[in-house]
Amino acid sequence: MTLKKNILALRQKKAIVEKGGGDKAIEKQVAMGKMTARDRILALLDAGSFHEYDLFVEHEERNFGMDRKELPGDGVITGTGTMNGTPICIYAQDFTVMGGSLGLKHARKITKIMDHALKMKVPCIGINDSGGARIQEGIGALAGYGEIFYRNTMASGVIPQISVILGPCAGGAVYSPALTDFVFVVENISKMFITGPNVIETVLGEKISQEDLGGARVHAEITGNAHFYALSEMECIEQIKELVSLIPHSNQQKATSVEPKEPASKKNIENIIPADPKQPYDVREVIYALTDDSKFLEVHELWAANIVIGFGRLNGETIGFVANQPMYLAGVLDCDASDKAARFIRYCDAFNIPIVTLEDMPGYLPGVDQEHAGVIRHGAKMLYAYSEATVPKITVILRKAYGGGYIAMNSRHLGADFMLAWPSAEIAVMGPEGAANIIFRKEIMEAEDEDAMRQQKVQEYIEKFANPYVAASKGYIDAVIEPLETRDMLLHALEVSKNKDDHRPAKKHGIPPF
Amino acid sequence: METEKTEYVDFAVTARKYKTLLTKKYQNRKAWVNPSPYEIQSIIPGTILDIFVKEGDVVKEGEPLLILEAMKMQNRIEMPFTARIKKINVEVGVKIPKDSLMIELEAVDNE
Repeated sequence: MTLKKNILALRQKKAIVEKGGGDKAIEKQVAMGKMTARDRILALLDAGSFHEYDLFVEHEERNFGMDRKELPGDGVITGTGTMNGTPICIYAQDFTVMGGSLGLKHARKITKIMDHALKMKVPCIGINDSGGARIQEGIGALAGYGEIFYRNTMASGVIPQISVILGPCAGGAVYSPALTDFVFVVENISKMFITGPNVIETVLGEKISQEDLGGARVHAEITGNAHFYALSEMECIEQIKELVSLIPHSNQQKATSVEPKEPASKKNIENIIPADPKQPYDVREVIYALTDDSKFLEVHELWAANIVIGFGRLNGETIGFVANQPMYLAGVLDCDASDKAARFIRYCDAFNIPIVTLEDMPGYLPGVDQEHAGVIRHGAKMLYAYSEATVPKITVILRKAYGGGYIAMNSRHLGADFMLAWPSAEIAVMGPEGAANIIFRKEIMEAEDEDAMRQQKVQEYIEKFANPYVAASKGYIDAVIEPLETRDMLLHALEVSKNKDDHRPAKKHGIPPF
Repeated sequence: METEKTEYVDFAVTARKYKTLLTKKYQNRKAWVNPSPYEIQSIIPGTILDIFVKEGDVVKEGEPLLILEAMKMQNRIEMPFTARIKKINVEVGVKIPKDSLMIELEAVDNE
């Protein structure tokens, strides 16, 4: 007597449950332009590496006719696998099973795989495609969400957490992605909101489409809830793979280093930046001129475009870049830019990724809307994040470094390890025009030709102060370097800071200006 | 991000103007207007349940003007200071968005 019969029975049982909501529902899913939950997992992970957990879990709800309803896998697929060799815990909500609705057992499958990820110290990826709480289960669904949020918080800063929105993600469900490190969205597929268009119209009379309210582009460009935006699910999957290749598996490790490469960009770094501080350029060109193979994975590309953040490699090691972007809003700091940079700095610090800051900024964005939106509170996040970070912190001042922005962009005063400046740097309390107007107010007002005097005084100020040498004379800048020396200096600085050991006073946690 | 290099605009930060592009969010921001004390605006979107005053009435500070129901709460909107009702722009039963001008006031000159 062999086990053949039992084995065949298992195979049969698996085949049924693995179909999720069945052929008809799968057809519908595909007709919506979406991949099935299982296909998504298989596309993300290395071939043959996916191992499913809890395939046979069933819901226990008895009310509202649910006792007669079978929900394969309870609407979510969970398991482990590898992504380009990196071990991963993963779950994907299955929209073909009762709309991917979240009941207690569905949530418990998710929390189980999250607990697993936290214990094994591996990244956790969640694919969201769900109509929301399973109303029939009532408070059980709410309990499920709460248990997920709690684990998102516990795992925050310990293991990378990635959320992929590949369908609706509405109501309470949105808060799990919001608590994770990186959110991926896809055009026409992702929909995220707390209250949907129907409720908004009923209660408030405001008419708006799902796409305009909480589509992929809205979250990538306006709200900043999404970090990566793709036009198709396959593009999104490639973005996730690239990100995972760049970040460490946990806060106890460093990102995997790869073979160092010289930058591929043929652009002469000296020719990227116009000498006139009023002229724009794309700061990403400077990043390409510095990174290995000129590769740079930009995070939050569309949101707060006046600051650029993302990952690149220097000498094979992952580096977090923060750079003012003069091409948008002159590279000013504002509420969104501060939020964007501050969170990224904290991410890098939590996961042992050195930070390189490229500075060229004229100051904070003036305006009633900014002041009333709390630019004081938001701007403070950057000061907090840079000051708090203990990873190697290197700043290169490319051009303008004025006023409060000079302090905020990882200045020596906030604990920068290396402060470098190009000869084009202007480190001053404010722009020359503004400064001259204040300092020489009397001379200008008393002059026969006010404009000529103003011009003369501005010129005097530029000659005396719009350079890196005043700051260098006080030791606030360690070295004034030529643009062509920048990459070598960065490599050297990173080598020197390899064993950096910096401590902060013991505390339960700080109180950052959230 | 797609760049339309031809559309650089002058962008003033303190005393200097920089050539740069504007973000969509910046372009769509609401310009600030100094609110007039003589304009009673809705602080939240909702439905007008009841109106207690008519145009021309002189209403004392603190007296109720109308009930604005929003998020299942009945908000009693009161007169901010004694004045005359110049114009009522809402009716009972209408749904209004946030910041819509509900009632216009005018000063009572013969005090």
